[in-house]
Amino acid sequence: MTTVRVLPEQCTGCGECVPSCPVAAIEMRGPAAFITDACTVCGICVTVCPVEAIEMQHVAPAARPCEPCRGVWVFAELHRGRLVGVARELMAKGRQLADRKGTELTALVFGAAVEAPARELVALGADRVLGAEHPVLELFHDDAYVAACLALADGQRPEIMLCGGTVLGRAFFPRLAARLDTGLTADCTSLEIDEESGILLQTRPAYGGNLLATIACPDRRPQMATVRPKVFPAGASDPARIGEIVIRRDWDGRLHSRTKVLEVLEEVVQTVNIAEADVIVAGGRGMGAAENFALLEQLARVLGGAVAASRAPVDAGWVPYARQVGQTGKTVCPKLYIACGISGQVQHLVGMQSADVIVAINKDPQAPIFSVATYGIVGDALEIVPLLIKALGRP
Amino acid sequence: MKIIVCIKQVPDTVHVRINEKTGAMEREGVPAVVNPYDLYALEEALRLREAHGGTVAALTMGPPQAEAVLRDAIALGVDEGYHLSGREFAGGDTLATSYALAKGVEKIGEYHLVLCGKQAIDGDTAQVGPELAEHLGLPFLGFVRRVRESGAGRIVVERMTEDGADVVESTLPAVISVVKEINTPRLPSLKGKMRARSFKATTWNAEALGADEARLGFAGSPTKVVKIFHPEARRGGEMLTGEPAEVAARLAEKLRSLGVCR
Repeated sequence: MTTVRVLPEQCTGCGECVPSCPVAAIEMRGPAAFITDACTVCGICVTVCPVEAIEMQHVAPAARPCEPCRGVWVFAELHRGRLVGVARELMAKGRQLADRKGTELTALVFGAAVEAPARELVALGADRVLGAEHPVLELFHDDAYVAACLALADGQRPEIMLCGGTVLGRAFFPRLAARLDTGLTADCTSLEIDEESGILLQTRPAYGGNLLATIACPDRRPQMATVRPKVFPAGASDPARIGEIVIRRDWDGRLHSRTKVLEVLEEVVQTVNIAEADVIVAGGRGMGAAENFALLEQLARVLGGAVAASRAPVDAGWVPYARQVGQTGKTVCPKLYIACGISGQVQHLVGMQSADVIVAINKDPQAPIFSVATYGIVGDALEIVPLLIKALGRP
Repeated sequence: MKIIVCIKQVPDTVHVRINEKTGAMEREGVPAVVNPYDLYALEEALRLREAHGGTVAALTMGPPQAEAVLRDAIALGVDEGYHLSGREFAGGDTLATSYALAKGVEKIGEYHLVLCGKQAIDGDTAQVGPELAEHLGLPFLGFVRRVRESGAGRIVVERMTEDGADVVESTLPAVISVVKEINTPRLPSLKGKMRARSFKATTWNAEALGADEARLGFAGSPTKVVKIFHPEARRGGEMLTGEPAEVAARLAEKLRSLGVCR
């Protein structure tokens, strides 16, 4: 059992911990802070206390002997038979981690036909590709995916397993982690090997991106993590690389699934998936009306980008939800993000602030969006955007 | 049809402000609420009950004050509320939490469907739903935006994908997580509020659940927080000032020099 407690003799009663608690479980009682039963043992106050007067105590879980495990495995997702962008990004990161650990990089690929993507994965850095080929694997069926994964692993336990934080990955990897009885860290923005322990340090946003938390899975294997698209750069492909490819085609009824995809509805095929776009033109409440988003479409066409929105235009029904950027929408990391009439609430900033270049156009000079903007323009987006389109049109 | 909805009490992050000087989160006066995505799960459960009959139970895990979210669920029209509470649950990661919830679901028993919101807004992992399904040995349908049909041991839903949706059929019981497109949650009724006032949750600790304490809370969590820190604040850059046409031209030049456009 774990508790967080205040060391009364060390506490100076400064009260800094009180507002830091996300569940309001700290009160000042007399000269010292007191932690109430509302505590969820998140540990934030431990890091906030300036005099180290708060400590987390726990009875160490019985150390499990770590089964012999080896290698870094990347689950490389296919969409319509082709590798998704985040799979390439994870191959580059996986290669880096495998080299740091002096071990092999294995890619897993599932689908109806995986020969070509398997060769591509070798070019992207895989020492070995384990492929699973079967019609049921063409679309996501969680039972079949977990069964295929366990069959390919055939008792081997990797040290590290990575997967894209896509709709598929976010359903498949948690299920696999629970089956393997190990930890999983969602949406990591940094993955590093700790020099001393060799453990994978997984950093991710916490509390809506207001804080970052570094997480480790010290006693169980594999150490599993998902990563959103565009967080890590993709690596170069080398068609001359050599690697082992093993594709299993004979499943003998072992890929039974209790779910069945009856139909695939494609809705935004003509437009770019904003999570994968290099240039994003986004509009907020300041765009004023649904029809004004046509301006942004025009700018996006000039720049070869996609149109997105903050929450307000989505709630107002001007823009479909699939294009919402922010805490309750998508996280994007384009090369260029142009925010038009977006004030920049925290919930929006967490979804886009890792863009390489941010341009903000807003009437209010105090708008928080300017605090993250590379280039800021105080003005009406409805006036500036047409001028910008014109200026871009001129050589 | 018996439906169990898993809900969570979270700090209402919409009201969280960042102290610009220290970069610290200011949460004083920030209310604790039902995780917004869970409201869609509750609403969908109530609609399914209206269509098919049956009962809806809400299940939460959390400290004593988390009972408030069950009261909110009762006010919306939910029939029963179950609270997993005790220090042994505290500090759990998604694996330990989903294990506890699975024990809770099993103890409530006789269910056809388990519903959850797609993720909680404090942790944002979206892992508890699929992990719960694994512990229960049930199929999982994530990010569901519409229930097309349900009943007689099967359900058909629309599951969101990156570029549309899959229409998926599953056997029941199953675990489903829902997105906000699925419905518009109702407001509590006066009658519901009256009921909520006198409501007492059924509270279970680890022993009552027959749960293995080594798999609960901090002790049962494979992941550990190594450190928590403030992200490096991104500093504002250059402000372009002048006449609109002039700033537009200068911005166009900057964008060209980035190489993102000709």
